[in-house]
Amino acid sequence: MSGDARDRIRERVDEVYRSESRRVLATLIRLLGDFDLAEEALHDAFTAAMEQWPREGVPASPRAWLVSTGRFKAIDGMRRRARFDASLGELAERLEAAADAATPDVDGVEDDRLRLIFTCCHPALPPDAQVALTLREVCGLTTEEIGRAFLTGAPTVAQRIVRAKAKIRDARIPYQVPSRADLPDRLDMVLRVIYLVFNEGYSASSGASLTRHDLSAEAIRLGRLLVELLPEPEALGLLALMLLHEARRAARATADGELVLMDEQDRSLWNRDQIAEGSTLVERALSSRRIGPYTLQAAIAALHAEAPSAAQTDWRQIVGLYDVLARADPSPVVELNRAAAVAMRDGPEAGLALIDAILQRGDLQDYQFAHSARADLCRRLGRLDEARTSYARALALARQEPERRFLERRLRELAAHGR
Amino acid sequence: MKYLCLIYDEEKKIGAMPKSDMDAFMGEYFAFTNGIKQSGHYVAGEALHPVQSATSVRVRNSKVSTTDGPFAETKEQLGGFYLIEAKDLNDAIQVASRIPSARLGTVEVRPVVDFSQQQQRQQA
Repeated sequence: MSGDARDRIRERVDEVYRSESRRVLATLIRLLGDFDLAEEALHDAFTAAMEQWPREGVPASPRAWLVSTGRFKAIDGMRRRARFDASLGELAERLEAAADAATPDVDGVEDDRLRLIFTCCHPALPPDAQVALTLREVCGLTTEEIGRAFLTGAPTVAQRIVRAKAKIRDARIPYQVPSRADLPDRLDMVLRVIYLVFNEGYSASSGASLTRHDLSAEAIRLGRLLVELLPEPEALGLLALMLLHEARRAARATADGELVLMDEQDRSLWNRDQIAEGSTLVERALSSRRIGPYTLQAAIAALHAEAPSAAQTDWRQIVGLYDVLARADPSPVVELNRAAAVAMRDGPEAGLALIDAILQRGDLQDYQFAHSARADLCRRLGRLDEARTSYARALALARQEPERRFLERRLRELAAHGR
Repeated sequence: MKYLCLIYDEEKKIGAMPKSDMDAFMGEYFAFTNGIKQSGHYVAGEALHPVQSATSVRVRNSKVSTTDGPFAETKEQLGGFYLIEAKDLNDAIQVASRIPSARLGTVEVRPVVDFSQQQQRQQA
């Protein structure tokens, strides 16, 4: 075989790895009953593909070939080791019998991916382990990539994953899609993990760069996968919400990395395809009549996305949606956002009264955006001293460089005014 | 697979219960125990005397030391346990969530080590 042909096969194997490896892994975990065994089997299966496909050609169904090769390699490996330990032979036999019974289950492949997602996001695992395990097993990110994305060392991430896998094995967390009764709560955990990944990418909690695009893209990919496998209204709502936020990415910062608030953004930079897709998803979610917090937030984001300018936004409807959201998922942050919308509908004074009421209650004292929102309303009302105090408070709490620079700029503008 | 469900209650809260509430609470425990015996989950279960009755034993340098307690500075104390047989963690959580004290305190669910499987895995 010529070198060219071999290169082409190698490319084909890489392509199959990208498109199929997570599906194959999900099925191998079910067949072998163990994450580590399945990962080893996946690796062995692709090594075998590299050797055999150039000789024998690419099989008609690469996925089925990889699953059965991986399973065979795992059982074979156990047999060989069984010469030293009889109990491994029994385990190998049990796995073989179970695997034979399960092989015809081709339709179950998509279920395997759902099983994998729900197992990685099992509530018995700590939240940071859920995130790390989902990115590792479902998305196929390396521990180095996860560590970089979350600004922690790869060893920390690796340790979280090792501990999570040990718990899945030792406490016997089942490889299952939850029962109908448990589904709402369990789906909620999965959505939370996906949204956490998205937010980490959208607005990094600290550090120099405003967005870490890869994580957001990964979260949207996860959201799409979930919608494809389990089109529950809140899954649609979350995907819509992420797309509608993502659509504004190009407008959120200037070329030199300065933050631009939504009312000052160049709306021609907003991604119309993502907005259209997000809006369609919102409508689908709303028509289900089982409307949850993600769908409500997405509906609000859709109204922003469809408005030609901040002034021409349907603030009355946005306030109405925040009212519903505050009932469905009460939190001071929702109240703060509602107050900002009220300020747009009824004027800054009305919004300021609401924000002051939240702060006086003792909530959101250490929340940067409560102080910057207050500062902005004071500025618009010409109460410059109060504006300065609130901007300074926000600046003291800000951890992200572009946000710090934005607040410093506002403070400088106010100082120039004061003179 | 076996799981140990450790039941942590606030002894103060239990102690302050009016008799009628206490009787109802014990009635729930009685019904729960019967239920898991019928479903095949039950292996063993006991209630413990309050933590004031506890004694700690340590051996250091071959010398036995016995002390009162322990009285950890926690609100909840170990008040009893069930040893159950469950299919997997989800099944065990299902059982544990029906223990009456789960509503008042905390139930810690711990998988029991199966030494025969442990050995298999180490050599795998």
